[in-house]
Amino acid sequence: MVKVTIDNIEVEVEPGTTILNAARKIGGKIVPPAMCYYSKLKGTGGKCRTCLVKVTKGSEKDPRPMPKLVPSCSTAVMDGMVVQNITSPEVLEARKAIVEFLLINHPLDCPVCDQAGECDLQNLSYEHGLSETRYEEERRTFEKIDIGDKIQLHMTRCILCYRCVFVADQLTEKRVHGIMNRGDVAEISTYIKNSVDNEFSGNMIDACPVGALTDKTFRFKSRVWFAKACDAHRNCTHCGGKVTVWMAGNDILRVTGRKDKYGEVEEFICNECRFEKKDLKDWVIEGPRKISRESVISQNHYMNKNKPEKKK
Amino acid sequence: MNVEQKIIFSEQTLAIVSKIVSHYPEGKQKSALLPVLHIAQAEFGGWLSVPVMDYVASILNILPIEVYEVATFYSMYNTKPVGNCVIEICRTGPCWLCGAEEIISHLESKLKIKAGETTADGKFTIKLVECLADCGNAPVIQVGWDYHGNMTKEKADELIIDFDKNNKVSHKNPYEI
Amino acid sequence: MEKKILLANIETPDFGKFETFRKQGGYAAVEKALKTMSPENVVDEVKKSGLRGRGGAGFPTGLKWSFIDKSTNNPRYLLCNADEGEPGTFKDHYLILKNPHLLIEGMILSSFALGANTAYIFLRGEWFYLMKILDQAIEEAYAKGYLGKNILGTDFSLDLYCHPGGGAYICGEETALIEALEGKRGNPRMKPPFPAIKGLYQNPTCVNNVETIAAVPWIINNGGCEYANVGIGKSTGTKLISACGHINKPGVYEIEMGLPVEEFIYSEKYLGGIKNGKKLKAVIAGGSSVPILPTELILKTAKGEPRLLSYESLADGGFETGTMMGSGGFIVMDETTCMVKSLLNYSRFYHHESCGQCSPCREGTGWMEKILHRIEHGQGNMHDIDLLVDIAKHVEGNTICPLGEAAAWPVRSSILHFRKEFEAHVINKKCTFNNG
Repeated sequence: MVKVTIDNIEVEVEPGTTILNAARKIGGKIVPPAMCYYSKLKGTGGKCRTCLVKVTKGSEKDPRPMPKLVPSCSTAVMDGMVVQNITSPEVLEARKAIVEFLLINHPLDCPVCDQAGECDLQNLSYEHGLSETRYEEERRTFEKIDIGDKIQLHMTRCILCYRCVFVADQLTEKRVHGIMNRGDVAEISTYIKNSVDNEFSGNMIDACPVGALTDKTFRFKSRVWFAKACDAHRNCTHCGGKVTVWMAGNDILRVTGRKDKYGEVEEFICNECRFEKKDLKDWVIEGPRKISRESVISQNHYMNKNKPEKKK
Repeated sequence: MNVEQKIIFSEQTLAIVSKIVSHYPEGKQKSALLPVLHIAQAEFGGWLSVPVMDYVASILNILPIEVYEVATFYSMYNTKPVGNCVIEICRTGPCWLCGAEEIISHLESKLKIKAGETTADGKFTIKLVECLADCGNAPVIQVGWDYHGNMTKEKADELIIDFDKNNKVSHKNPYEI
Repeated sequence: MEKKILLANIETPDFGKFETFRKQGGYAAVEKALKTMSPENVVDEVKKSGLRGRGGAGFPTGLKWSFIDKSTNNPRYLLCNADEGEPGTFKDHYLILKNPHLLIEGMILSSFALGANTAYIFLRGEWFYLMKILDQAIEEAYAKGYLGKNILGTDFSLDLYCHPGGGAYICGEETALIEALEGKRGNPRMKPPFPAIKGLYQNPTCVNNVETIAAVPWIINNGGCEYANVGIGKSTGTKLISACGHINKPGVYEIEMGLPVEEFIYSEKYLGGIKNGKKLKAVIAGGSSVPILPTELILKTAKGEPRLLSYESLADGGFETGTMMGSGGFIVMDETTCMVKSLLNYSRFYHHESCGQCSPCREGTGWMEKILHRIEHGQGNMHDIDLLVDIAKHVEGNTICPLGEAAAWPVRSSILHFRKEFEAHVINKKCTFNNG
């Protein structure tokens, strides 16, 4: 085991653990935000730069600080390493800048975006962003492309985290979508009109940190915070069948993987569970899904909330 | 490109392709993608259509999407049709200092097209490119695999006449130049 | 300072042919190294020579070689970076054109030192005509037994191939180059792991610039110490400087490190002064990504000492009053040049060349270009100038690869040294230069 100190808190982890995962072991406010890293997908991370941290001491052996901020999601800890995240003004400034970069070409169409309420970019901007924009130029747009009847692609909302490409590479047999072009006109596309359809393609929706990939079968059905999230399961021959169903009354509005507090699904689910099983009879309901208190979705869990006090 | 043209390399080209593939270890034939795309572009009309890219994917035994991703990343690959003669004008710093803008506007007015466009007769395309690493001879243009340095309006005119008169095509298999 | 190491004898007719090159002493270093030296000896000589990477970073070559992982039996690779694309830089172009066998000789020696049995020369895709020259030279070297199995009867074997790029500046970054060689998009990789541990096909790999590799034969022939005697201080040896812009004699010059910049610009032996009798305004001394310097700071350091063509002297003064050797692309601008338009041009370049993988570079480069476009066309305001500096600072240091710095430094340095010109564009609501 190696010892690492993050924001003055010491933790012991397996050698080879990344700074981010060491921070997740500690938990709480010192965990760097991550928009492109996804622990269940190999090779993700390093791109969005929101998880940059400062290494003030490299290791016990080589105590030199690292010259630049490093992506915590893809930098392994060394024994005796000292890391600053929220205790470093430099990190906070960089993070604010990254949020600004991610937002300058984002359409900010949260009012009509199905991801609103469970959007990592929305949360990141709320926590780290500026209250106003310095960007006066025209925002980038893309031609709309149809990638099939199950998944809606909104390229303007994409932050190019590449997670959906990794999903396709690692969970499906033949990837048909990818990143076309380069620079700030790079886009997720099938290039030729092609539908992204495969037993596991729906996981792209869960892995997408923003509203770029959403569930067509759930489109505009409900704001997520009005849907009641319940854990449910069924016997499935393709996947573990462990899901979260999002309900209004006895209607199942949508089915997703079960997401943990870092927005990652615990297990990937198949398209049959996700798109075809919308009947209450299909599922064994286990009970309400625990949603973090900070999430807007927890608004629906009235028992957690105190009644507003009357003003005198 | 003739629409009737079958998308298939000649025996001779296939031999070049196998030779290129042999430069890389067993199972790493994807490494040959960039050179093979250059060949395919030259042999099938100066640009990479979807069937051409699919053909390249099939001979290298990779997914078509892997080819689309790469072809759209690199600026030398044209994913839209081009003219018989593609005039690539460098517009980066050093060439700009030495008068690239004049050459660009001269050729634009001469051919009555804007950069990025192809003449109605399909003969010429003007393409603006970034630094060609021949700044000592700025301004530089590239036509096919040839560099033309110290470009002037007169020299540009001569080039156009030469291509026009002789119906020359700028895209040639780079391994056969 | 007449010392020719890389460009010696290049005027000999048919110097690109094996026989001519051999007659002038070519491939003697291969004989010497393979027959009388161990790979470690070669690495040691290069270490002693003080040779530093000529691609731009200036990292000690011998030290870089010593990082290569020799602990496994996995194949090791040497890659030559001939993806020259840094605006203002055309030395490798010239070197390959004039002296292809020197590069091949250097590749053999370097591969021997690293224990690599396969090596690739990654040329930018526009250079197929140079690849043809190199391929012919490689063929000759195979025929003469300098490449292939059991070179010169020793147990060292080497296969050497050329590989073309597809048109992407970013592939000059070593990990992007590796990706391109694997047939992928030129997205730089996250480091660590470094190529020395996991590079091409996840095997130990070393990537060196053309000019760096071409210096190795001389070092082996004459000894590392002898090479270290050439040049000045830690800037050992000679350097190819490719000069362009508003000068009388653009071209590639091999200079001994330590040559005064003033002599280089004005002497008839070198650039022959500024074209059309105009005054010098600014120089970008090491390819477009290094900080630009105004006349007074390129000729003399802030301390008033003559500025020399060496790593240390060019960097003297840090970002505030200095610049860098970079790749040796020497861009000279006269008094008629608009600094805003010049910067706009380079910012457009970096925007165009950003791979788009990481957010600061993808979004920041385009944003900077758009603001500069407004300022140049008289639609900027004073806040925009500070905003530019702020964006540049946030791109710098926060990206996966050095393209972030390459895009940020020109912006920061141009505004630092020529702020008045940016302000004049805002106040006059237009560009006041003819070329704008």
